[in-house]
Amino acid sequence: MKIKMNKLIRRAFMGLILIASSQIAIAQDSEAVARGKAKFDHSCAPCHGKGAGDDGREMLPGTYSLKIKYGDTMPAALEDRTDLTSEVISVFVRMGAWSMPPFRKTELSDKEIDDIAAYLAVSSRK
Amino acid sequence: MAILPPGVSQQQFDTAINRLKSVVGDEWVFTSDADIHAYRDHFSYIKDQPNELIPCAAVGPDSVEQVQAIVRIANEFQIPLYSISTGKNFAYGGPSPNVRGSLTVDLKRMDRVLEVDDKRNFALVEPGVSYIDLYNYIQEHGLKVWVDTPDPGWGSPIGNALDHGIGYTLGPYRDHFSAHCGMEVVLPDGEILRTGMGAMPTSDSWQEYKHGFGPDPAGLFGQGNFGIVTKMGFRLMPQPEHWRNGLVTVPRRQDFIAMVDTVNYLTDLGMIGEPWYSGGLQALMTNTEFAKAANAFNEEEMDRQAIAAGLPSWRVELQFYGSEGTTLANWEYAKELMARNIPGVQFTDGESLPVPLTDEQIQKSSTPYESAMRRNITQGRPGLGIWYMTGRTDFDPNAWNETHIGLFSLVGRSGEAVFKAQRDFADISRRLEMPGFFPNALAVPVNWYQNSFLMGNGFGAAKGNSPQQKKDATKLLRRLLEENAKLGYGDYRAPPILQDDVADQYSFNNNILRRFNEKLKNAIDPNGIISPGRAGIWPEAYADLRGSLRED
Repeated sequence: MKIKMNKLIRRAFMGLILIASSQIAIAQDSEAVARGKAKFDHSCAPCHGKGAGDDGREMLPGTYSLKIKYGDTMPAALEDRTDLTSEVISVFVRMGAWSMPPFRKTELSDKEIDDIAAYLAVSSRK
Repeated sequence: MAILPPGVSQQQFDTAINRLKSVVGDEWVFTSDADIHAYRDHFSYIKDQPNELIPCAAVGPDSVEQVQAIVRIANEFQIPLYSISTGKNFAYGGPSPNVRGSLTVDLKRMDRVLEVDDKRNFALVEPGVSYIDLYNYIQEHGLKVWVDTPDPGWGSPIGNALDHGIGYTLGPYRDHFSAHCGMEVVLPDGEILRTGMGAMPTSDSWQEYKHGFGPDPAGLFGQGNFGIVTKMGFRLMPQPEHWRNGLVTVPRRQDFIAMVDTVNYLTDLGMIGEPWYSGGLQALMTNTEFAKAANAFNEEEMDRQAIAAGLPSWRVELQFYGSEGTTLANWEYAKELMARNIPGVQFTDGESLPVPLTDEQIQKSSTPYESAMRRNITQGRPGLGIWYMTGRTDFDPNAWNETHIGLFSLVGRSGEAVFKAQRDFADISRRLEMPGFFPNALAVPVNWYQNSFLMGNGFGAAKGNSPQQKKDATKLLRRLLEENAKLGYGDYRAPPILQDDVADQYSFNNNILRRFNEKLKNAIDPNGIISPGRAGIWPEAYADLRGSLRED
């Protein structure tokens, strides 16, 4: 009986740890998403944001360029995409692509790219 | 890739890198090819060539003390430095140095907005602050001042001003270097200099009086290589209450002369913001007969066809900042003056809007005429919308203007001077057999700088993105700069690959200006470590590199 109680206590304790861990993970995720959104708005959205261009054109240049590149096969706005992992974003940010120049680690750190990926992983759900 | 600074051994380099790491931390010293990639010019004409201007490494200080330490290490190891603020400046070399193997000092981490005062109307910022950052700071703090932004606005006030960049609002603010007020500089020996009233430790007027007392060396740091600027003050335009625009059109080609004279008068009285000139006859270029006339400068025929088509020869869009009443009065006065000076002139009222304009008002112009203005920049709103010019288009989905380069020549601020420049640029382009666009009688000036015109030329040099095509284009551009100089057209800005050529244009008295600058350079920077070659100023230590990019 004592052994059973110990097992139950241990299981309950482990359960509490798991719950706490997952809550921490969720909290960390939501913090990463918030940081990622702020960084996306600052560093990416001026070219890749949704809506009209800041000069009244139909789209911002990055969004427009991706519309031409992908046509109907992929959303033009990055915030509508579901496939942009940290690794994928890093390739484009660090190497540049087409008229997009590469960005330095002083401009966007690897951690900030992770945060942007966390944001883009949920942004299309809105 | 392992590029070493000129004359520095691998062992010395490794020791220097370790010393740099001890100053800024391992995380902020970049030596791998992957990290260095972002310090190359994305639009380089010599990309992937043996002479591409690639740094040996990059270092990212966070404070002026760290910049001082870096400069001292560079002196000790004789490593040339090249400082960048946000590293944009595309069309003028991006972040690439003048000397292959330089150590890039990346100031992006020094990104503090130190002060913005909307009663005394100034800002004090660090190099890593971008126009977008400064704009956001002003908005977040509810301050009633504007930034005068270049286009695109991802660069920094310091970097842009130091490269003599421009904006689009009122004249005194559009010349970004002239609008600066006070700077802090780390000199080549590591000492800190403050210009203007910053030289007086107790002064409260650093951002209000830039001359201080005695000679002001601030000009040496614009397009120069006499130090690393770590703080800079700027005069800011107070947010006006109202904005208004209006269009002026004139029927005949020669009317441009009186149009420019009148606009100059209004500009220099401080009554208008940047005037946007445009041609009224571009639509006729699809007509072979008209195109022939425009290319041959046949003014009578151009006028005849313009009148037949009911189109004006020239347009200028005026904009006014102030109150509803003063902007209206200034517009009415502009109309009165134009009507007095130009028979047949016509006017179209634009919009009259309280400031700040809404996003919709900025994005969706309802001006009752086709406006050439990019409205966001007339309202001090930095953005990246204009970057469309380098990217894909519906017309050509695979277009990438990898040869994005800016060459603008100073032209007299008069209609007569513009007419002469049109003919000269067309003639030069023809003689040099430019493969692309030829200037003709429709070419218009830009009035970015209040007191001068700039006209673009050389855009026809690039034919494609291949290395050989870029090499051919570069040769053509060098010849273009030579020919421009013979006729009095100096360029105001250039990428590193053409800076020796532009410096050659300024040849009065056997290039005394450059010789003077180089005497100063050798005295102030005996090891020549600060951006050797910048603006064609070569210290003795690197003098053998002058013109080296011309060799092939």
